[in-house]
Amino acid sequence: MSVIRTALSELWGLFIDDGSLALALVAWSAVAVWLLPLTPAAPASHAPILFLGCVTILIVNVLASARRKSR
Amino acid sequence: MTGWSHSGPSVVAAFLASLVEFVEALTIILAVGTVRGWRPALTGAGAGALLLLALVLLFGPLLTRVPLHPLQLGIGVLMLLFGMRWLRKAILRAAGVIALHDEAQAYAAETARLGVGVDARRDWVATATAFKAVVLEGLEVVFIVIAVGATGGTLIPASLGAAAAGVLVIALGLIVHKPLARVPENTLKFTVGVLITSFGVFWVGEGAGFGWPGGDWAIPGLAALFLAAALAAVPVARARAVPVGGAA
Repeated sequence: MSVIRTALSELWGLFIDDGSLALALVAWSAVAVWLLPLTPAAPASHAPILFLGCVTILIVNVLASARRKSR
Repeated sequence: MTGWSHSGPSVVAAFLASLVEFVEALTIILAVGTVRGWRPALTGAGAGALLLLALVLLFGPLLTRVPLHPLQLGIGVLMLLFGMRWLRKAILRAAGVIALHDEAQAYAAETARLGVGVDARRDWVATATAFKAVVLEGLEVVFIVIAVGATGGTLIPASLGAAAAGVLVIALGLIVHKPLARVPENTLKFTVGVLITSFGVFWVGEGAGFGWPGGDWAIPGLAALFLAAALAAVPVARARAVPVGGAA
């Protein structure tokens, strides 16, 4: 049983290290995929908006992590 | 569309990611082989490799039966999580916020652990250690090969990229016979993080039915943009990590 638990824990760890980063990415993906098409934004802008959201999440998380480490 | 614009990034991502993971697995295998002998080391490594091959052969073709857009969306989100995890850590390591991974240190710790005490069952422990190292490090390789392969129809190129990395690391290991401590691991993880994140964003968009400018050529374009943003974040993160009133 502990082998299975270890394996599942390792699998989880492949994708999730910082919970807030993972949560933000999943939430943004859901917003972009399901809500963007409902907005007046031109369809050609949906992909770039998706990218901009992802890179913003990355930068904000990195800077917040750096700040936390300095305390 | 197939061709280099489609399979090239897959091959590169699979090769570089596999290089990092094979180097880490090699460190453990070398520790086991040096302290406990090469039979348990190679037995464990071989068993781990067979398990990973079985996973690729099972899940690779299975995933191609899933409808395309849900597959792209699901795999895309997983690649985004996986790639961002690597990229975030690589940025923080480059900024000096967290320590670099040290293969020599990992090797020393593993040899110390395996050398402790006298236990008749240690050969099983040694075999299990080698098996676990290959499986855990290899799982990331399997994920990347399957993810880039299944979503983009490039399973074979991605597998070849991973195999090439494996052959290279094994050859270097046989020649050098010690941990590959001089491999620029964080640079590799930075690059792989950028590539996998770019794949992830691309496939989420594709799965959602968004049109990327340039089609498949958007992947290298996304990679260039993520790389630029990540490199710009390094000095800012470094500055933020310095305690107020303290020296860098």
